[in-house]
Amino acid sequence: MAEMVATRDAYGNTLVELGGIHKDIVVLDADLSGSTKTGKFAKAFPERFFNMGISEQDLIGTAAGLAISGKVPFASTFAIFESGRAWEQIRQSVCYPNNNVKLVASHGGITVGEDGASHQALEDIALMRVLPNMTVIVPADGEEMCQVIKTVYEYRGPVYVRAGRNKTPIIYGKEYQFKIGKAVVHHIGRDVNIIATGIMVSYSLQAAEALKKEGIDAGVINMSTIKPLDKEAVIKAAQSSRAIVTAEEHTIIGGLGGAVSEVLVEEFPVPMKRIGIQDRFGTSGAPEELLKYFGLTAEDIKKAAMELINKK
Amino acid sequence: METIMEVEEIGTKIDELRETARRIRVSIVKMLTNAGSGHTGGSLSAADILTALYFAKMRHDPKNPKWPERDRFILSKGHAAPLLYAVLAECGYFEKSELMTLRKLGSRLQGHPDSKALPCIEISTGSLGQGLSIANGIAIAGRLDSASFRVNVHLGDGEVQEGQVWEAAMSAAHYKLDNLCAILDRNRLQIDGKVEDVMSIEPIADKWRAFGWNVIETDGHDITKLLSAMNEAEKVKGRPTMIIAHTIKGKGVSIFEGKVEYHGIAPTKDELEIALKELEGQRNG
Repeated sequence: MAEMVATRDAYGNTLVELGGIHKDIVVLDADLSGSTKTGKFAKAFPERFFNMGISEQDLIGTAAGLAISGKVPFASTFAIFESGRAWEQIRQSVCYPNNNVKLVASHGGITVGEDGASHQALEDIALMRVLPNMTVIVPADGEEMCQVIKTVYEYRGPVYVRAGRNKTPIIYGKEYQFKIGKAVVHHIGRDVNIIATGIMVSYSLQAAEALKKEGIDAGVINMSTIKPLDKEAVIKAAQSSRAIVTAEEHTIIGGLGGAVSEVLVEEFPVPMKRIGIQDRFGTSGAPEELLKYFGLTAEDIKKAAMELINKK
Repeated sequence: METIMEVEEIGTKIDELRETARRIRVSIVKMLTNAGSGHTGGSLSAADILTALYFAKMRHDPKNPKWPERDRFILSKGHAAPLLYAVLAECGYFEKSELMTLRKLGSRLQGHPDSKALPCIEISTGSLGQGLSIANGIAIAGRLDSASFRVNVHLGDGEVQEGQVWEAAMSAAHYKLDNLCAILDRNRLQIDGKVEDVMSIEPIADKWRAFGWNVIETDGHDITKLLSAMNEAEKVKGRPTMIIAHTIKGKGVSIFEGKVEYHGIAPTKDELEIALKELEGQRNG
């Protein structure tokens, strides 16, 4: 069994590691530092941590002011509040002036679980993706998150990184190298290719294994950077299999499925299935239960792939 | 003897500042008329405030816009962009002739300030309510770096209806940002009518005081009083200062003064002629 790490923990630990090296890093939170794991940075570097209280709009504006003054602010809260409550502040004060603010939001997706719909960000990728200058990244495991945080510190410009609440299997080893805008191609399949992001990558790998047992050559691509999208990887996958499944812990509208569709419809149209939340709000429940309830399991991915292949 | 000299010097300086503010108003009405749209009332109402800041109070260098020690200015009420552009041109950040490109395709002088296009502006504004948070961030950064610069942020009175302003008001007091001074253009009008009728903000001074701020109320067209308020703000330790500057919307041109309809429209060519004549009459002496 693979080691299990929550991407939010990986974020918190990496921030502390980076904070020791780079004195220009400042961290802001909106009263959720225990949950987003920025609390670890707060403990290590209290003079560079700013709790803004429950005020996400002010959180973003303050981060913007710090950024134009040469600091590298990491601003964190839950994904729904960061991307939703402060969307227009992100647009005006971060993206429009192309400000070097790092938004790292935890509790993305349905697996927030028991807190229910109000706290489950199912729209954040879409909301962030429409903003010019924004980079959108959803790491698939703890190791990728570590590398993403180190990479976005070096990168200049606005970035939105989505972290999850729960422990998920480690996929990548230390030899893995994350690059913004570069898809991680696990395998290119001839029958079907699954393009996934976040926690759905490990389910997609499981689905591909299951399909292999049935003699189906299914590829898996981890699209951790949703913007800028690795169009080349998407087109190559479509050309190889002429059937694409996308899988994300997010509404099927405007997120990874949307981004991949936009590319393929113009460049190389092929039959597609989008695994994700079907234009609905979430609900309370245990994370595993919810993944089943909303059709986000390895079994659902496999089923979608089979349906596409059967239509060929 | 020495004291008298000083008073005279200040007097001369104030006369110069008044003349500068007058020239800035001339630029504002000219550029707005040329643009055919834009915010006349709130640009004119705050002209004396920005003149006091840029020509007497703030340390800044038009030849070195990114001088690290410069005092910062954030125009939170971004729709007063014509005023900011006129002031920056008057300071020498760019040629006055560029003012006539306001709101035109390809111009650095966007309808609302764009810091990417015009780097002598600290940050893009225009969507109301965000400037104080940004000013707080700059003030925090200044403190982290033990820098001596001060941060000034200018808000509109209608603007304080935005909830984010009060989030930021709390933060500035919480973090004891005494290197920050906010100035409120209390011109009492917003686009839909009187602030009092649209959404009352009174008692505005008490509100800021209750949020932990040092509050100074002054005449927003009296440059001597404005400067004395700004100097007082600088001396206050442990809390930020809000200067409530009582102003007249459209100040300087009687046909625009106190008229709500001139919040968001530019003068016509005929109105420009009247305005220029009136402003010409306001020359010192």
